[in-house]
Amino acid sequence: MKRILATTATEFRIALRNRWVAIAIAVMALFALVLAAAGSGATGTLGADRLSVTVASLTSLAVYLVPLLALLMSFDAVAGEVERGTLALVLTYPVSRAALLAGKFVAHLAILALAVGVGYGIAALAALLSEAQAVAGLAALWRLYWSSLVLGASFLGIGYAISAWARRPGAAAGLVVGLWLALIVLYDLGLLAALVADGGGLFTRHVFPWLLAGNPADAFRLFNLAASGAGAAAAGVAGATAALPAAQALVSLALWPFAAFALALAAFRRLLP
Amino acid sequence: MQRLTLSRVTKTFGATQALRDVGFSLAAGERVALLGHNGAGKSTLMKVVLGLIAADAGEVSVLGAAPGSRAARMGTAYLPENVAFHPALTGAEQISYYLRLRGEDPAQALALLARVGLADAARRRIGTYSKGMRQRVGLAQALIGRPRLLLLDEPTSGLDPVSRNTFYAILDGLAAEGAAILHSSHALTEVEARTDRIVILSQGAMVANDTLAALRRQAALPVQLQITARAGAADAVAAELAGRRCNGVRVDLSCTPADKLARLGQIAGLGALVEDVEVLPPSLDDIYSHFSNGAAP
Repeated sequence: MKRILATTATEFRIALRNRWVAIAIAVMALFALVLAAAGSGATGTLGADRLSVTVASLTSLAVYLVPLLALLMSFDAVAGEVERGTLALVLTYPVSRAALLAGKFVAHLAILALAVGVGYGIAALAALLSEAQAVAGLAALWRLYWSSLVLGASFLGIGYAISAWARRPGAAAGLVVGLWLALIVLYDLGLLAALVADGGGLFTRHVFPWLLAGNPADAFRLFNLAASGAGAAAAGVAGATAALPAAQALVSLALWPFAAFALALAAFRRLLP
Repeated sequence: MQRLTLSRVTKTFGATQALRDVGFSLAAGERVALLGHNGAGKSTLMKVVLGLIAADAGEVSVLGAAPGSRAARMGTAYLPENVAFHPALTGAEQISYYLRLRGEDPAQALALLARVGLADAARRRIGTYSKGMRQRVGLAQALIGRPRLLLLDEPTSGLDPVSRNTFYAILDGLAAEGAAILHSSHALTEVEARTDRIVILSQGAMVANDTLAALRRQAALPVQLQITARAGAADAVAAELAGRRCNGVRVDLSCTPADKLARLGQIAGLGALVEDVEVLPPSLDDIYSHFSNGAAP
């Protein structure tokens, strides 16, 4: 445990020096501010308090930004050490590869927790300041916060797996951007196209829910929208909350970090420095 | 007690045999130099000992344990060739991290850096260090926790002569405390006085494993004799000794080590014709080339 935390402290320090902590916080804060400003127009007509409305907007934001931040932080984790030539030395120390990876993971998750916390905090503050009954949305905000971190954890693991597999930072960077595009943007478009083509047939009823649950980003979105009952107001694939109960989405979301970490560890263990 | 034992170690990468049936051992307190050209298999051998890559065949015992096992890693220190660190960390932070990974008190970092002459730079980022300074950070991390076996891959490259001496003085201290040290180098001249034994690899095979004196005997390279003749007597001396006249006064001879004394006797017999004689034993580079280029059995 002490060895894991030693790596965590070092990785956190490096991220501070590289301005990664500042960049992550700034990005989240900026988008939260934009959302808060844009959301201030829509008031009580939806029948929900302002914070709940903000949470629904933040969910759509988080599903893009949190995986992106996680992938950008993780793609260099192993490949960068291979390229700098620092990996061979650290692997001769009496510390397991699992502990090394876990140390980096804790540091990156802490940065994500900080950035997401600041971003959501700003959005919540804006909602609370403008409307007293917005406190009703605090539970939904808390749910969004921790599920965002679970989503981030999943993509950190995926990023490490790519980093260890690609071995070169350049290749890893390209791969994570491609993966982000595929899983976050194109995946939903593909599903929508398939749904339209299928017209409510076998695919829609039996395959589609599993495909939704299988993608951590979709599971995250469905869990938050279903839990807050905002699914009806959401558009696109997110409108498919009825296809998948919140509990199932949560199970998928909760399993992803473990699966992704196991994948990363398997890739890291195969790496010859 | 043997700290490191290798027997019949073989490693192949694709079509190239990086190591072929290599076997030798290191006892406590012993300093062994591992010599060879680039690509001779020195770094591969170290990585096999460290457990970073697995040998295809043969046996390796590191401190009585399997290479790469926790017990082996606990007692082994490594200094990679061209050691690198994260440029954003300071020397002190980097060494503190390594101390923590070994379960040692991170507060020792400054003392370790002072030991390798980096006390003043300890709080500066490694990105601002010169190659020699990074090499010294590498040495500092290899000193953590009194290692019983040290593997140093071309440790003195990038060091100036003064730091090189400091470096060897530190190694002397470690060996005196009982650490076994294996360090690789390109040049025999550099490790000559600093080692108990010399192992030479050539294209993955071990071509020598002995003390310098024994290697010198085995190689039996010719000794050069340089004779300075009295003015005008050079031709006479050359004719008398069947030597080669180089200039107006000098005559060169080459003989086997066994013939050396007899030849010197002949020279002394010329009496007044000879002004001086210089005996040049084969240089360290000659001996190294002799073994490394496959002249050895």
